[in-house]
Amino acid sequence: MYQFVGLIVLFPLIGLLINGLLGRKIKSEALVGGIGSAAVGLSFVVAVMIFVEMLGSAPGQRAHVVTLFTWMAAGSFKVAAAYQVDQLSILMTLVVTGVGFLIHVYSIGYMHGDRGFWRFFTYLNLFIFAMLNLVLADNYLLMFLGWEGVGLCSYLLIGFWYDKKFPGTGITWTGDAANKAFWVNRIGDFAFMLGMFLIFREFGSLTFREVMEGAESLQVGDGTMFWATLLLFIGATGKSAQIPLFVWLPDAMAGPTPVSALIHAATMVTAGVYMVARNSALYALAPDTMMIVAIVGAATAILAASIGIAQNDIKKVLAYSTVSQLGYMFLALGVGAFTAGIFHVMTHAFFKACLFLGSGSVIHALHEEQDIRHMGGLKRIMPRTYWTFLISSFAIAGFPPLSGFFSKDEILWKAFADGSVLLWAIGAGAALMTAFYMFRMVTLTFDGEARWGHDKHPHESPATMTIPLMVLAGLAVLGGFVGVPAALGGGNAIHQWLHPIFAQAEHTMRLPEHHNHTMEYLLMAISVGIAVTGFWFGRKMYLAGPDADRKLMKLGGLYKLLANKYYIDEAYDATVVRPVVKGSDALLFKVFDVRVIDGIVNGLGRLTAWISGTLRQVQTGVVQHYAAVIVFGIVLVLGLIIWG
Amino acid sequence: MVPIHYYLIVSAIMFITGVVGVLTRRNAIIIFMCIELMLNSVNLTFVAFSSYLGNATGQIFVFFVMAVAAAEAAVGLAIVIALFRNKQTVQITEVNLLKW
Repeated sequence: MYQFVGLIVLFPLIGLLINGLLGRKIKSEALVGGIGSAAVGLSFVVAVMIFVEMLGSAPGQRAHVVTLFTWMAAGSFKVAAAYQVDQLSILMTLVVTGVGFLIHVYSIGYMHGDRGFWRFFTYLNLFIFAMLNLVLADNYLLMFLGWEGVGLCSYLLIGFWYDKKFPGTGITWTGDAANKAFWVNRIGDFAFMLGMFLIFREFGSLTFREVMEGAESLQVGDGTMFWATLLLFIGATGKSAQIPLFVWLPDAMAGPTPVSALIHAATMVTAGVYMVARNSALYALAPDTMMIVAIVGAATAILAASIGIAQNDIKKVLAYSTVSQLGYMFLALGVGAFTAGIFHVMTHAFFKACLFLGSGSVIHALHEEQDIRHMGGLKRIMPRTYWTFLISSFAIAGFPPLSGFFSKDEILWKAFADGSVLLWAIGAGAALMTAFYMFRMVTLTFDGEARWGHDKHPHESPATMTIPLMVLAGLAVLGGFVGVPAALGGGNAIHQWLHPIFAQAEHTMRLPEHHNHTMEYLLMAISVGIAVTGFWFGRKMYLAGPDADRKLMKLGGLYKLLANKYYIDEAYDATVVRPVVKGSDALLFKVFDVRVIDGIVNGLGRLTAWISGTLRQVQTGVVQHYAAVIVFGIVLVLGLIIWG
Repeated sequence: MVPIHYYLIVSAIMFITGVVGVLTRRNAIIIFMCIELMLNSVNLTFVAFSSYLGNATGQIFVFFVMAVAAAEAAVGLAIVIALFRNKQTVQITEVNLLKW
């Protein structure tokens, strides 16, 4: 089956070509949506078949590289369009195509009646195509192609409703939000490229396999590896919305909600996590980078979670929640728990996609209302949306035995055991906030009295939307059981599964084994306690309605700080955006461009005109002058011949 | 027998006279005559060397030069006439249209 891996990538490409070229002509929404969804669904089927075959083979024989063709060759430098099928990439492929398929189906209902219906499905298929290249690539360059491709799709889809206003710092239209996402990602992509160059210089190859083999002979603490991994990580902070480049993700909510679910929650933003995990052997050689990754992850987790408490836009809350959860994943990677990071990528994809799609269902029902203060009482009107949303909220808050509990708890445990108490405490604090803001949102949205206008008649969404919700909620419940830790009597299947991928890194890091379960049980109990506390406060306070925010407002300046997102956008605006814009205008445009560049070009023109204007005076039109010059020349030459 | 350098000196004087005439005189006819003078000074040199070396090649060359000079005179005079018809002058300084 391995040789059919190309099909996984091919189906979305076909779907995108059909919808992209003929979509405008196809009048039927069902057909356009059907083609788009079927393309991803077929990919999922192929991925499952490969996965099943992989399950049946010995752990040592699960990784394969399938080369399709030579992409580029220059001397000894060769890059192939080749796909690496192994335990890690197939897991990511299953998540991308599986969750992607559900979101495609959901979009058929959600985008009903939109004039850009076919355009939407074209972009979605393009996204899946790029994302699959990213996760399946066997070399950095092909991965980078996917990396840029998903960035492009993100841009296209954030600004999908390009004529719609979207408020924000320095943002008026959705297109501005799209630009913001693109530009912020450029910074990360630039660092990614530098990291890639550095790796090529060091190992002379861009394929993962050869680089990892080369890494075996390097010493821990290698200087080049520190910079290479750090640069790659900066790339990841852009794509995966970590400090300092996370600011684009909340504004990316300008896009349609399925986009937020697919790209800005479940798949694209986890590309950075995947990339770091893929390079685990290099990161293991650079403990300093690992430390930075862990600190950045923990800081992002708590920062974003705290902002989430004070947001009123349902999608903004979820956006900050995503940033926060991504922080957890990087925390896990930073302490060397690569499996835990990938495990959380998977479970997060389930419950966060479900939450986003649920919020989309609500927004749809309330005619584009996104402010949770103007919701409430939807529990009875939209029971399916409510229950799936609630289940996913319990999952993200970390209630056992839902998926979020296992993945988050493993991260917290590893942060404690292999990191430090401080990292664990930050993670636990963020978990408390997560539970609180999630149930603040759930309560305000679905409980209490209806606070929407009388002109609105909310209703449950159609089956194309609710069925994906139910499937995702089911996954959010069950997804965690692949990673039940040994302390709870589980086999931690995902750990066993991914072990060959991270064996090299684990060998390099030599992390101690933890056989003492007492501490693990204690931390688990604390985690559950935290989740319940957050749930209880969130629910208790906000059953009374949004006025409960007053209690938070007693915090005074702190609340204001949270509500205004720590003024980070404003700070970036003042320290980066404005100086760059001003500098571009005053220095680069008015001085460098107008004076220097234009000056050089115009100056060259003027110089040529002056020289020719002077020299042409020689052409007097009088034949005798020319003759005189000829004679003079002859005399000169003869003189040279005779005396020279 | 007259030594060879006598002929060469005369020839050089004639040639330089021709060159100076071509460069300084304004009248197209006179410039024309000066060119003839230069050609004939060269002829004189040819003949002188031919006699001095006892080789007839130089004298044959003189006939060629004469033929070319005749043709040149015919074409040149025709140009001068055409010029005069158009501009009512043969002053070469007034014929300077082809300039910057």
